[in-house]
Amino acid sequence: MRDLYETQRAMRNVRKAAMQRGVIAILDVGTSKIACLVLRFDGPDRLGDNDGVGSLAGQSRFRVIGAATTRSRGVRFGEIDAMQETERAIRTAVQAAQKMAEVRVDHVIACFAGARPRSYGLDGSVEVAENIVTENDIGRVLAACDMPDFGDDRDVLHAQPVNFALDHRSGLGDPRGQMGQTLTTDLHLLTVDATAIRNLFFCIKRCDLELAGIASSAYVSGVSSLVEDEQELGAACIDMGGGSTSLSVFMKKHMIYSDAVRMGGDHVTGDISMGLQVPMQTAERIKTFYGGVVATGMDDREMIEIGGDTGDWERDRRTVSRAELIGIMRPRIEEILEEVRARLDAAGFEHLPSQQIVLTGGGSQIPGLDGLAAKILGQQVRLGRPLRVQGLPQAATGPAFSSSVGLALFAAHPQDEWWDFDVPADTYPARSLKRAVKWFKDNW
Amino acid sequence: MTRPIRDPAPSKWGYRWQRWMLTPGVRTGLRVGVPMATVALVAGLWSLNDANRALLTDRVAQLTEAFHQRPQFMVSELSITGADETLADSVTKVANVTFPVSSFDLDLAGLRTRIAALDSVADARVRVGDAGALEIAVTPRVPVALWRTPEGLRMIDADGVFAGAVTSRSDRLDLPLIAGQGAQGHIAEALTLFRSAGPIAERMRGLVRVGDRRWDMVLDRDQRILLPADGPVSALDRVIALNEAQDVLDRDVAVVDMRVPQRPTLRLAQEAVIATRNASAAGRVQRMGQ
Repeated sequence: MRDLYETQRAMRNVRKAAMQRGVIAILDVGTSKIACLVLRFDGPDRLGDNDGVGSLAGQSRFRVIGAATTRSRGVRFGEIDAMQETERAIRTAVQAAQKMAEVRVDHVIACFAGARPRSYGLDGSVEVAENIVTENDIGRVLAACDMPDFGDDRDVLHAQPVNFALDHRSGLGDPRGQMGQTLTTDLHLLTVDATAIRNLFFCIKRCDLELAGIASSAYVSGVSSLVEDEQELGAACIDMGGGSTSLSVFMKKHMIYSDAVRMGGDHVTGDISMGLQVPMQTAERIKTFYGGVVATGMDDREMIEIGGDTGDWERDRRTVSRAELIGIMRPRIEEILEEVRARLDAAGFEHLPSQQIVLTGGGSQIPGLDGLAAKILGQQVRLGRPLRVQGLPQAATGPAFSSSVGLALFAAHPQDEWWDFDVPADTYPARSLKRAVKWFKDNW
Repeated sequence: MTRPIRDPAPSKWGYRWQRWMLTPGVRTGLRVGVPMATVALVAGLWSLNDANRALLTDRVAQLTEAFHQRPQFMVSELSITGADETLADSVTKVANVTFPVSSFDLDLAGLRTRIAALDSVADARVRVGDAGALEIAVTPRVPVALWRTPEGLRMIDADGVFAGAVTSRSDRLDLPLIAGQGAQGHIAEALTLFRSAGPIAERMRGLVRVGDRRWDMVLDRDQRILLPADGPVSALDRVIALNEAQDVLDRDVAVVDMRVPQRPTLRLAQEAVIATRNASAAGRVQRMGQ
């Protein structure tokens, strides 16, 4: 726990240094693709204090100067599976992005989807030392949250204070400077498998890069594809990736829940490959060109040449109707969405004031998905695309890039985390001395 | 049949090499440093050969010369302003410029120093003016007094600076004469004294500086007026007033001593003393004879 705190603080310092230098890379390690964006921080309010979010939702501070995508290798279910392969894929993406940016990047912020994220809601409460809440008190109240026993093999990825309450007033965004006796906080803790984080660390280190931050892909795609009202009133962002479908629930501009289903677009491709007896590449091509989830009468007549690569070009001219393809795809997608539904139900999503659901990620581009999702998840479903950011190439504006763009926004305007506040143990001797003095004053 | 898009990963060393090449310092070095180093190397190798270096210096000299000799830079005449004919002649002689000459070859500062070093020149301005003329504007020294020195008679200007020599006093009767050690340092005072001489001006022969301290005014008939170091002009005024009232200087007086202003003293000439003595003796005999 303590070493993670130190690691996260070190990463935060690296991020600050990178912002000073003005160039930072964004790395989205996904199952189907690895995307790298190079950001240059030279906007007008770059050096201004973070007095709220800057202009254009904090985006005017940076510009995308390099972008590259490469086919992912060695990643399964959003976790690194074959390290050498992944390292090579990261090198490819970083090199291409650097080439486009014509600048060398040394610091990288990464995100990944898998590694079995698990959410915990914690609360802690302390007596305020001097009736006015200071930064110290916030550090103390965050440390006062009792840690659940999530196991040795898991690491904390996010620990975000989502709510503060002072005495009987709740829903405070920033209690600093306010008068009160008892400070209570709600902390959202997201843990993932420690090995996944360690593997990613190691991969990035082997590419001569320095990790300046790490984020959950579910969180950052929510940041980029949910509009402000949805984040405020309550919404779920479902990022349908290649290897895993991750979901994050937002409320009052904070992520309050996150989970992932270990199924994604690659499983759909696998189904097509098995069902039609074609290689994975062909199946992927058929899926992206002809895929869908709602069959109509027209689809029975639309025949697709599947072009099986069996070597017997003369005889192997198999065709399949689009309705058959949809028949293969739909059960798997329904399964994914139902799994998502189950996770949302487990999280108590139906108690939120607004139950908007936003589908994003590469998998959300299947035609007719919103109709199917509305049947399974509820009426308020829309397809989300990431926010537009300055300098992003047209090819990288699709929903498949929502986590990359969200990570860029996260880099520009990070959420306060537990490790941004000082450890209260550092100030403990001073406080105990003060308490001793107070005791003497009271008793003599 | 579809193949995956060819997307080869860079090798580890290729990746490092590319990152190294993208480092700002290295990029600048390659863009600026390498071409400069190449040029320097080529130039260095070329100039290793003596013949090449000689060729280069010759060529440079040739081009410089051709540029200097362009008609726009040629100076072909001399114009001297502010000097009379004799001074102009001596300035021309000192300048010693052979026309036509390029203005790059003229040493104007040296020329000015040489001209200003002439006795009768107070200051000179030298420039190359329009239409290729070397313009020398001379401010001549104006002599205000003659100074008798062991070497001879000299003219000096108001600053006490030597402004030429004359052979005899009669060459410049218009200038007052001064003499004595340190006289040249107090020209202004001497001139004031000359101006306030007034009625005795015709009789005055000159001023002598005594002991570098005070002035003696020398009149004809070897008369002298000894003036004090402080306030010589007022002392001279008193002598003139005395002369107006009692014609002191017309009498047989050798020296009017005003060195102590409260006690003017007269010294009679030797003959006058004798004559006075004889006259008083004759008077006594006469009275004894009566």
